[in-house]
Amino acid sequence: MTVANAAAVASGAAEAHEHTHYTTTGLDNRKIAIWAFIGSECMLFASLISTYLVYKGRSVVGPFPHEAWTSPTGQLFRPILNIPVTSASTFVLLMSSLFMVLALAAVENKGRPGYEGLQGSSKFWLLATALAGATFLGFQAFEFTSFVHEGLTIRTNLFGTTFFTLTGFHGTHVAVGVLWLMTLLFIDIRRGLGPADAIIVDICALYWHFVDVVWIAIFTLVYLIK
Amino acid sequence: MSNDRDHAESAHEHPSWKQYKWVALWLTLITALEVWAYYMPAFVASRAFVPTLLFMSALKFTVVVMFYMHLKYDHKIFRALFTGPLIIACCTLVAFLFLFGYKPVG
Repeated sequence: MTVANAAAVASGAAEAHEHTHYTTTGLDNRKIAIWAFIGSECMLFASLISTYLVYKGRSVVGPFPHEAWTSPTGQLFRPILNIPVTSASTFVLLMSSLFMVLALAAVENKGRPGYEGLQGSSKFWLLATALAGATFLGFQAFEFTSFVHEGLTIRTNLFGTTFFTLTGFHGTHVAVGVLWLMTLLFIDIRRGLGPADAIIVDICALYWHFVDVVWIAIFTLVYLIK
Repeated sequence: MSNDRDHAESAHEHPSWKQYKWVALWLTLITALEVWAYYMPAFVASRAFVPTLLFMSALKFTVVVMFYMHLKYDHKIFRALFTGPLIIACCTLVAFLFLFGYKPVG
């Protein structure tokens, strides 16, 4: 094989590789995959939420989420859920979604007029999103720790089991999202993210927003509805 | 790469910075309203409490999915990929509640 032929083959292979991203729909298969994944995640979280709701109010012993409880030994347990703290963490997660869309907009429009300075700084917005996610995890760690100190563990009662399972799964998803964001930030610092990389940021953004919408449902169903 | 270019070119179809900030403001206001409702004993005791909270939660959910996840602007296949499983998930949840949500008397 001549050098010219080898180059042509290599070029063809590269082209074929590029075309592996295409589907008969004309859409990027990575984006189809993340939407299909998000669809499957909907069903996972629906099963966890329905388990929580089915067992709601069936715990034989406390502590309970919204009601005080006195144990047979006379120990008084306050209602365990801390709404002000959770409201703050909800606000932080909502803001992280805003930061995420601004990071995506910065990557998509890098170099365009109107996207100079902070508005076009994908590094800043990616870091802000990751920090907001980490703050949410900090709130959750605080909440879990205080619950354990107040006598509620995953083995205490049905509320503890379903609550820690549901919010623990969600927290794990947030942790994965933070790692993903940090990876994108690392890539951005190393070589810069531009419009050609928008798809990889978009996929991460879709995952992140999904984690946010799941929390929107959890916050209402678990924390606010008594 | 051209696919990536397409993606970048379609960026102008997404909401603007200003719209994103308005969406964030509305989400914050609805969340504040939800928390405020939680601290109103008369409202908590009323029949409207749970439906109102569910409505506000569904509204926030829809706003995030439509504007932040760009489902309003994206291809209808993505909409089908999301809403299909979401409907199945919601139906499963309701079915579970009907099947196991009863409380034995006594």
